[in-house]
Amino acid sequence: MAESGAVLNRAVLETQFADLEQQRETATFGMWVFLATELLLFGALFLAYTVYRYGAPEGFADASQHMEKVIGAVNTAVLLSSSFMVATAVRGAQVGGRKRLLFGLALTIVLGVVFLFFKGYEYYLHYEDHKVPGLNFEYAGQYAQAAKLFFFFYFAMTGLHAVHMLIGLGLVSVMLVRSWRGVFTEEYHAPVEVVGLYWHFVDLVWIFLFPVFYLIVKHH
Amino acid sequence: MAGLPDLPLFPERASAAAGQVDTLFFVLLGVTGTVGALVVCVLIFFCVKYRRRSERDVPPRVSNKLLEIGWTVAPLFVFVVLYVWGVNTYFRVLSQPRDALEINVVAKQWMWKFQHPEGQREIDELHIPVGRPVKLVMASQDVIHSFFVPDFRLHRDVLPHRYTEIWFVPTKVGQYHLFCSQYCGTQHSGMTGTVFVMEPQDYQRWLNESAQGSLASRGQALFRKLACNTCHTGDSQARAPMLEGLFGTPVYLQSGETAVADENYLRESIVDPRAKVVAGFQPIMPTFQNQLDEEQVLELIAYIKSLKREREQIPTVSSPAGPQPSPVGDAVRQSESGGQQK
Amino acid sequence: MSAESVTNAGPVGAEPRNYLNESYGVRSWLLTTDHKRIALLYMVSLTLMFVIGGLMAVLMRLELLTPQGDLFTSDTYNKLFTLHGVIMVWFFLIPSIPAVLGNFFVPLMIGAKDLAFPRLNLLSWYIYVFGALFTFYVVVSGGVDTGWTFYTPFSTDASQTHVVSTTLGIFILGFSSILTGLNFIVTIHRMRAPGLTWFRLPLFIWSIYATSIILVLATPVLAAVLMLVTIERLFHIGIFDPTMGGDPLLYQHLFWFYSHPAVYIMILPGMGVVSELVTCYSRKRIFGYNFVCYATLGIAFLGFLVWGHHMFVAGISVYAAMTFSILSYLVAIPSAIKVFNWTATLYKGSISFKTPMLYALGFIGLFTVGGLTGLFLAALGLDIHVHDTYFVIAHFHYIMVGGMVMAYFGGLHFWWPKMTGRMYPEGWGKLAALVVFIGFNLTFFPQFILGYLGMPRRYHAYAPEFQVLNVMSTAGASILGVGYLLPLIYLLWSLRYGKRAGPNPWLATGLEWTTPSPPPKENFEVTPAVNEEPYNYSEFLPKVFAAEEVEVG
Repeated sequence: MAESGAVLNRAVLETQFADLEQQRETATFGMWVFLATELLLFGALFLAYTVYRYGAPEGFADASQHMEKVIGAVNTAVLLSSSFMVATAVRGAQVGGRKRLLFGLALTIVLGVVFLFFKGYEYYLHYEDHKVPGLNFEYAGQYAQAAKLFFFFYFAMTGLHAVHMLIGLGLVSVMLVRSWRGVFTEEYHAPVEVVGLYWHFVDLVWIFLFPVFYLIVKHH
Repeated sequence: MAGLPDLPLFPERASAAAGQVDTLFFVLLGVTGTVGALVVCVLIFFCVKYRRRSERDVPPRVSNKLLEIGWTVAPLFVFVVLYVWGVNTYFRVLSQPRDALEINVVAKQWMWKFQHPEGQREIDELHIPVGRPVKLVMASQDVIHSFFVPDFRLHRDVLPHRYTEIWFVPTKVGQYHLFCSQYCGTQHSGMTGTVFVMEPQDYQRWLNESAQGSLASRGQALFRKLACNTCHTGDSQARAPMLEGLFGTPVYLQSGETAVADENYLRESIVDPRAKVVAGFQPIMPTFQNQLDEEQVLELIAYIKSLKREREQIPTVSSPAGPQPSPVGDAVRQSESGGQQK
Repeated sequence: MSAESVTNAGPVGAEPRNYLNESYGVRSWLLTTDHKRIALLYMVSLTLMFVIGGLMAVLMRLELLTPQGDLFTSDTYNKLFTLHGVIMVWFFLIPSIPAVLGNFFVPLMIGAKDLAFPRLNLLSWYIYVFGALFTFYVVVSGGVDTGWTFYTPFSTDASQTHVVSTTLGIFILGFSSILTGLNFIVTIHRMRAPGLTWFRLPLFIWSIYATSIILVLATPVLAAVLMLVTIERLFHIGIFDPTMGGDPLLYQHLFWFYSHPAVYIMILPGMGVVSELVTCYSRKRIFGYNFVCYATLGIAFLGFLVWGHHMFVAGISVYAAMTFSILSYLVAIPSAIKVFNWTATLYKGSISFKTPMLYALGFIGLFTVGGLTGLFLAALGLDIHVHDTYFVIAHFHYIMVGGMVMAYFGGLHFWWPKMTGRMYPEGWGKLAALVVFIGFNLTFFPQFILGYLGMPRRYHAYAPEFQVLNVMSTAGASILGVGYLLPLIYLLWSLRYGKRAGPNPWLATGLEWTTPSPPPKENFEVTPAVNEEPYNYSEFLPKVFAAEEVEVG
């Protein structure tokens, strides 16, 4: 088995595979299966959220008015751009375009960090506003109970999403290092594709989180 | 019980449903027993007949698509029959009889509390007359429990913050085990009791011996003590909806939906009044959740149920336009609420 | 290919290079990526967990000898049955066959050199161990008493025990399950030998595949619900608290959405093993191969649709109950098909009654009983009586223990020569199988009667008239315990003193029997190619016998 230093420096065909093509297809397929599990994980939480929203629609709508919609919208744009950057990087890897690959990965990291920075700021604002269940939650009006549940799901689900973003940033960073060292070629760049898939999925989760928390319309 | 004195093998049949449940059981036993025995016999038969006689034997290929389709479809038919039978029995057991004797049950760690409508209270014991339908309205004070009387073939979870109900008709005089059958903590296996099914005369005698104030009168005392009547004056201009004749009728809510004023609705209105606000009223009722336990809530509900309108022509529903002025019975209502302000 | 076992003559130095002796030392085992070594790592950890969980069962049955709660306090008893459930379900049954036999044999049976992601495989084991450490901590620091089902609001508000540590341990273990399942799915899709099409795969592979699909799709829901329970317990936000807008029934729905498919995770691999055993020991092609494949997938699919049958009396609507009831009947059909197919495979076979076959036959009989009693529970009109009684306990133990554990032991014995290069002692094997069968039935059959009589589950003390049946059950449990101890002893013994085994002591078809026993690290010198259907005994055996004649003559 090759030493880990060597793994960072060049392509490795693992012994259980017949060729790089099989290795690439297997890695990609593995990531798709993993994303299916993530779908079920977030899906269960979305389901719980939906059940409670159905039971207290006005309460959830009322609570949604307390969300930082501007920050949320900006973050959505940031994340979408980062997905575009990742796609650029993958394309670069596929055609052997080193500059494109490095540029794409680097910008993905930058945008990802920007997202997390804004998210952290948002959490801070909510904290100041006494909207953190279990910590300092206060809510005026008749919808306090429903709002508490709303904010709980907000923190739990965007928090889980943020954890996934952090992991994603770690993975993209590793890809950046390996790209810098020239490990990836037109024949061998499966890790970049696989990480790209993961990043796209994390972005997709946000696309669902955003309207569900930020964009509930209040009916009168 | 069937079986030897020390080795019972089958429970008693002490409710009207028990016979039906047992029939279903024996049908299932018959069907599954036959199939199971068949499979085992064929298995053993093949094992004996086709045991290896020589290490050089080469068995032939065997296939039979028709047989495979057959034993896929046949169980399907059998299962549908069993399913329908099961649903049928379930519906019969669940069908609510009229004129049921209604008894309130509060389960708490780790005891069963019963409230008879005439006010008798029991702990871990339930006296009921034979032959008369009984309806149990149940709530838990804390965690999920489950009301289980094996000899009635009866099971229902008892939930916190919500009422569940079950009906049965006891058909045999005697004493029967009551078990809690949803794990609820340390003394779960100690949360047992006895159901005493008595001859009607004996039951009447028992009622007289243990008479206390009725449920509804205790509820009325609570109603006054907690000053409910300051808002629920029964007046047309009152801050709160009228409770007379409310039970069982539809209520228009602020959200545009309609709810029926059953036990669960009344309970929710007391402990979580902002959940369903009646149309035309402000959400100003405070919650009484921390001031009342489940038994007291049941007493209040018994009282509210007892509040009847003197005359029935004016609907008691608050229409979306707001409470209607009701010229009839103003005087009556004043006297019912006692004209007191606390 | 010799049918007979080679004797254990010959100096150690003459032993050929295999996965066991190609490197020595603790590091070479703890940092291995060889799927075969990882399988053995799992086997050791699982055996330890089985012993601990089994010990708790023994203690419970001792307490239940008398109607009073006189051996343990109520709290201790409640902790015993909780930990028994948690350990047996998550730390033994769910990994068992996939992590041990699946890890070892999936690559071998499809002609691959390893799984798709060997390092992930090792990580899965470490995650398992990490989760198990949480459980150890809980056991030694006072236990947990919520029942393995963690129903709210008891688990979030009322329990005074280490709930969070337990949920964290299971949460961690969930990742091990998911990664193992992921590995298997990808391996089976992408790494089959040339010519090995889907419908030429051994049924064990089909079972592992279906199991892995459930592992991968259901376990994340468990992760989510455990997260919610943990947060609720720590912060009391009201997620499942009805006084704060939550719903305890939502917990039950989420929990059972995972836990019902989980029971199919537990039984499907066992069914796969039984298919291998029944074909090998009757030397016949499985009857109706295609139907068995579809039935396997059907069980996995339908298993996701029936979770509500755990909640018939919990307060769900009548219509929901009716839907779940009919679906529960439907899921029984593919299982029935499999039982019929196994039985029909014996027709005109050449049946040998070696130990693995005894376990397989035991499985078929006991699983049938367990499965049929499931029909009782699926019937709405009957479940209102037997819900949460010993009837349910008997039902699932017939399937889990009478079925799954017997399949595990059968598979272990069947593949023992391949894994270790040694034969187990056949006489002791047969004896242990018999003792297990007798002990098992004596333990659990009385519990059906107890259940219908009305003895509830999780009862530390019980009504006196239930005593005789409980005594019978405990007597059976002691016999069952002996039956499980025996293999522990003689299998260990065989590692040193057992007869050496050749590559194919059973004359079975299947790629795993074409390599030496034990296999070399890379499994195959040359990647095999497959051009025939599985279990092709009617052509395979004549070739083998002809080859032997050439050797002899």
